[in-house]
Amino acid sequence: MAAHQAHRPFAVVGGGTRAGLGRPMEADTILSTRALTGITLYEPAELVIAARAGTPLADIEAALATNRQRLAFEPMDHRALYATNGAPTIGAVAACNISGPRRIQAGAARDHLLGLRFVNGRGEIIKSGGRVMKNVTGLDLVKLQCGAHGTLGVLVEATFKVLPEPETCGTLALRGFADEAAVAALSAALGSPYQVTGAAHLPAGIGAEEASTLLRLEGARASVEERCTALAKLLAPRGAAEKLGDVQADALWRSVRDAIPLAEPRQTAIWRLSVKPTDAPKIVAALSRQMKMRHFYDWGGGLIWLAVAEEHDAHAAQVRAALAGRGHATLVRAPAEIRAHADVFEPLSMPLLKITAGVKMSFDPDHMVNPGRMYAGI
Amino acid sequence: MPGIVFPKPDTDILARRAAIVAGLAARLAPECLIESKTERRAFETDALTAYRRLPLAVVLPRSSEELSAVTRFLHAEGVKIVARGAGTSLAGGAIPQEDAVVVGVGKLNRILEIDYANRTIKVEAGVTNLAISEAVAGDGFFYAPDPSSQLACTIAGNIAMNSGGAHCLKYGVTTNHVLGVKMVLVDGTVVEIGGGHLDAPGLDLLGLVVGSEGQLGIVTEATLRILRAAEDARPVLFGFPTSEQAGACVAAIIGAGIIPVAMEFMDKPAIEICEAFSHAGYPLDVGALLIMEVEGSAAEIDAELKRIVAISKEHGVATLRESKSAMETAAIWKGRKSAFGATGCVADYICMDGVIPTGRLPAVLRRVSEIVAARGLRVANVFHAGDGNLHPLILYDINNPDEQAKAEAAGAEILKLCVEVGGCLTGEHGVGIEKRELMPVQFSAADLAQQMRVRAVFDPGWLLNPAKVFPLEGRRDMAQVGRYDRIAL
Repeated sequence: MAAHQAHRPFAVVGGGTRAGLGRPMEADTILSTRALTGITLYEPAELVIAARAGTPLADIEAALATNRQRLAFEPMDHRALYATNGAPTIGAVAACNISGPRRIQAGAARDHLLGLRFVNGRGEIIKSGGRVMKNVTGLDLVKLQCGAHGTLGVLVEATFKVLPEPETCGTLALRGFADEAAVAALSAALGSPYQVTGAAHLPAGIGAEEASTLLRLEGARASVEERCTALAKLLAPRGAAEKLGDVQADALWRSVRDAIPLAEPRQTAIWRLSVKPTDAPKIVAALSRQMKMRHFYDWGGGLIWLAVAEEHDAHAAQVRAALAGRGHATLVRAPAEIRAHADVFEPLSMPLLKITAGVKMSFDPDHMVNPGRMYAGI
Repeated sequence: MPGIVFPKPDTDILARRAAIVAGLAARLAPECLIESKTERRAFETDALTAYRRLPLAVVLPRSSEELSAVTRFLHAEGVKIVARGAGTSLAGGAIPQEDAVVVGVGKLNRILEIDYANRTIKVEAGVTNLAISEAVAGDGFFYAPDPSSQLACTIAGNIAMNSGGAHCLKYGVTTNHVLGVKMVLVDGTVVEIGGGHLDAPGLDLLGLVVGSEGQLGIVTEATLRILRAAEDARPVLFGFPTSEQAGACVAAIIGAGIIPVAMEFMDKPAIEICEAFSHAGYPLDVGALLIMEVEGSAAEIDAELKRIVAISKEHGVATLRESKSAMETAAIWKGRKSAFGATGCVADYICMDGVIPTGRLPAVLRRVSEIVAARGLRVANVFHAGDGNLHPLILYDINNPDEQAKAEAAGAEILKLCVEVGGCLTGEHGVGIEKRELMPVQFSAADLAQQMRVRAVFDPGWLLNPAKVFPLEGRRDMAQVGRYDRIAL
């Protein structure tokens, strides 16, 4: 409210671990959520947890672990990618819709975010959603805020659905597949009844010399054993599947989640492309003919992580031309000067851009909160 | 007297009816325009049958382009539009008004593309919910949200209301399964949001559109996720002496870390009504019934059921019956899914849709009975217990205005109770006209104003389904900020 009266636009900062995600902001004041901490509600038997926005994600995960529960959407940790070392907060997970490999099966952060309290750019405290599993009362402002990167207000408190931690997890690896064959195998697995919760492909030279196609199954021990065997049998005509040890598998999924294979060298730009899985290898092939690049796939091929040289605006024009409207690309890591004039988020069609600008005005008419974080002037 | 108020029709629009109908006729084939009084009658209400209004005209466009031409014309003429799927809304979401044109999606009924490798299906918005699952069932796939009205209801209506269903405990509701939509805005602009990939770019406008009750635009096509069905699924009937025991059992199962695919609850009146209607083999000597479904391989089902049965025994389960065949499974679900229809054969009813924290189930069920009994009426409870989404069916006589008023008052009190214990007014049916005036129970004036400002971005003139969702009083003129058609970029 005070900032509003003083007309000083501000940037919202939580743990500061994802400061490089989005456009540089048109604001010189910082609003920290550091003092907004603490779990405000946790009902394990109702599968719900609520916390103030600045609460470290680690605190939430520790509380959930005591009841063998978790945030099923597997939020990515950006610290390796950005070489930051603060504590990621639950507010940023909600604001940036941060998910991980399990997004294909469990849904994204936005699918688990039940309720929000936030302060809009007019200084009003607004609540949307609630603490129950189903809620269609009124317009879903929760969805609108989740992934708005703080441009529609300052999140104060977030309520998430939680799920039981499975008894165990099993990972199968197929070796030596080229991209196209790998995505076809992942599609076959995801189209099977075995409930795959992770489906990634690390091409040769990404993380290891030999290409690895990874599939994760979770659940009760006997069930995971049974499904691993059945899935290996289904994939046998394509190649032999090896079951990985738990420690190795955990490390691999964390590295897929956090894009660790591409984190080094630092002086490369990182893109994240969301596409139809079967389009992914073609898009990658088209790009690799034009530039030097490294890449891997998550989400059964539907998520392409791409590292390219920083020059030519991180090759923004080529990346988006290769997509040709078949999905969208986000420039996740690049120097601020590139993010200031290349489109970090996928450019929108004119009607959707106007709606986006209108929505921003409806929350924040004076452009006080995170101005320009997603789109210039919005 | 029955309490839902309709806004006064705009006499200027009524006076210009002939010209408006002529304008529609110029833009549509004759079979796409319904204007005779008799035929318009079919569109005067939905499943909230106590209320009805004859619309100005009904149009049934065959494409987004045709709808675009119609909306552009109506927008220029300042005519209100009420979009309609199959008209199965229990909240009056599709009930028109005299000065509005109904846009039906009945002729938008093609399945456009099935893509198994990417696990998506693209359909026109008038395709029914069940037709989507049927189109992919032969290949072992299904579309997860399964509202009880799935035989009739359309994906257009599902998107408008963010519909759920019996299996959303595990699989989620409509908003978790829509990847993209094509939508016609109030001025005729056609937009596409999202597509065959995950997470549409920019603000989550898709998440906003799903559940917006036809106020932001009219969806004409949708790209949806389809899932591979589990190897097998088995529903089991658990009969309990009392509703309280059944409610406590639900909380204990979830608390133990077990998420069955479905956990459906019926109390004694509901069991009797459903059994008489569908002969599903429900036990009649119990006070409450839980239908729990588990899925996976036979071994997985056995293992999970063993744990569930053990917990149910701790909570005094009286009868237990597992489905032994596909036919029995179908009968068990048919009984549940025809609960509303079966109730309709016994009496008129209004169906509430409040949600509560599951831990409050036993106490709330007791209060619901008291609230309804205090007005001399009967209630049947049949609902999704796993996610706390209640459906008390309050029975009354539609020809008795006094009873109708009592039933509505009891319904309002139940919904207030839901909010009071930490829940919400509606879990899957939507606000419509039915719960419009209760919105201030759940939201502050600032909360509602924020929602209305967002609404005004899309529809500054309040032409799209205008009498729904927000209380009639206190609507501010919010068109001054944010309206998208005036933004210069």
